[in-house]
Amino acid sequence: METIFHDAVHVLLALGLPPLLLGLIAKTKALFAGRVGPPVLQPYYDLIKLFQKGSVFSTTTTWVFRAGPVVGLVTAVIAVLMIPLAGATAPLSFTGDFVLLAYLLGLGRFFTASAALDTGSPFEGMGAAREVTFACLAEPAFFLGMLVLAKLSGSLQLADMLGSSLASHWTADGESLVLVLLSWFIILLAENSRIPFDDPNTHLELTMIHEVMVLDHGGPAFGMILYGAALKLFVFGALVVRLAFPRTGGSPWLDWPIFVGGMLVVAVAIGVVESIMARLRMTHVPVLLVAACLLSGFGIILLVR
Amino acid sequence: MVPLLDPLLIVALTLNFVALGVSRIRGVINAVALQGVLLGILALFVHPAIGTRVILLVAVTVGLKGFVIPRYLVHALREANIQEEVKPGVGSFMGSLLLGAVGTGLAMVFSDTLPLAEQHKHLLLVPASLATVWTGFLMLTTRKRAIMQVLGYLLLENGIFMFGLLLLEATPFLVEVGILLDLFTGVFVMAIIIHHISREFASTSTEHLTELKG
Repeated sequence: METIFHDAVHVLLALGLPPLLLGLIAKTKALFAGRVGPPVLQPYYDLIKLFQKGSVFSTTTTWVFRAGPVVGLVTAVIAVLMIPLAGATAPLSFTGDFVLLAYLLGLGRFFTASAALDTGSPFEGMGAAREVTFACLAEPAFFLGMLVLAKLSGSLQLADMLGSSLASHWTADGESLVLVLLSWFIILLAENSRIPFDDPNTHLELTMIHEVMVLDHGGPAFGMILYGAALKLFVFGALVVRLAFPRTGGSPWLDWPIFVGGMLVVAVAIGVVESIMARLRMTHVPVLLVAACLLSGFGIILLVR
Repeated sequence: MVPLLDPLLIVALTLNFVALGVSRIRGVINAVALQGVLLGILALFVHPAIGTRVILLVAVTVGLKGFVIPRYLVHALREANIQEEVKPGVGSFMGSLLLGAVGTGLAMVFSDTLPLAEQHKHLLLVPASLATVWTGFLMLTTRKRAIMQVLGYLLLENGIFMFGLLLLEATPFLVEVGILLDLFTGVFVMAIIIHHISREFASTSTEHLTELKG
């Protein structure tokens, strides 16, 4: 009974909450700039509007272009079902699931990049090249962080690695976990193309990373991309929240509000980072990503020392 | 050992990487200054028995490394019209970051094999000190700007200071303050040299300094 309750809340939250995070980030940025800003629910309205539109596909594109948004969304949905939120386990949970999680997101990225290349537009090819280059550097940081959690929990299952034992590890090996937390927050910003890596509001193809890949998508296809991106933000946000506020393992009435509150805090934190930082020059992005890898790697060194 | 010691040392070690990876000189100055302040505060935690001597040492260290020297360097930066942004003379930022990481890892391994006193074994202080010294050397050798070499020298001294914390009880106060005085004089002289290089060559790159005059 309890697992059914947890799974139901998990699915509802994981599918319903992500656009709200985008709205909250936009609102935080607006408040920092002294504007009123769009309503917090604006991303939902955008999605509804996009899904009601018709589609136009360029005649030079093939099925790869149409598969891009679909695969991107589906992989993100599966990924979101694999992350333990506030329940003891996620709906999808097995030994070694974190490897699948990383490569599901990789598969989504592969198809988005392929769809961008399929249009034959030079700008989109440039964006695809940037996206995969930066992803190459972000992935080691993600895995090194996972290695720290695997070493601490002695398990290769996300549910245990981010389980209730984490709270006790915070007191014993807090330094390593702080380093992983920092590293993952950087990865969160990089993977979701936020400032300082990429400006989601930019409208100059030469400086864009993620946005430039999806310029030719419109209507429902673009809606799927937006929703998939929101889900991806939710996945990384959930990882950071579970790491920062470990599950108490007590009452679900305590765990779920803590989790949702944590997600809102992460969204506001992203908004603050976006407001107070400038975008990095493209050549400096790899340095920051390597620094994220070093932080996680350093966490491992501290653990095994 | 006090539980706050390890987190402070890790912040200090992270600042090593900031100093290696940041391209703006002012950012590097701030990182090194913050590290100096942290190390000064560290002295309070290493030795539970806090006397006037320790407090005086902390005050002098924090004041000198955290405020006087950085102010002076920023002043020199403005006087000599040094460009704000620097590139490593050898390799890239990524290269120096990775070298720094390798050095830090090796320091961790190496410090386990050192014949230390029993109470100093398994302390993060020893590897942190070795790693900071290594970072200082790296900065001294890979950067061409004279001011970056001053900062490398400061990092080097920070590392030595960390090691010195182990012996805080054994060394007389005069020696500690003497070291700080040396440091201050060193930075003072180097800032004057920076000024002269920039007046002579219209840039502060040490590449020009290849000939010795008799």
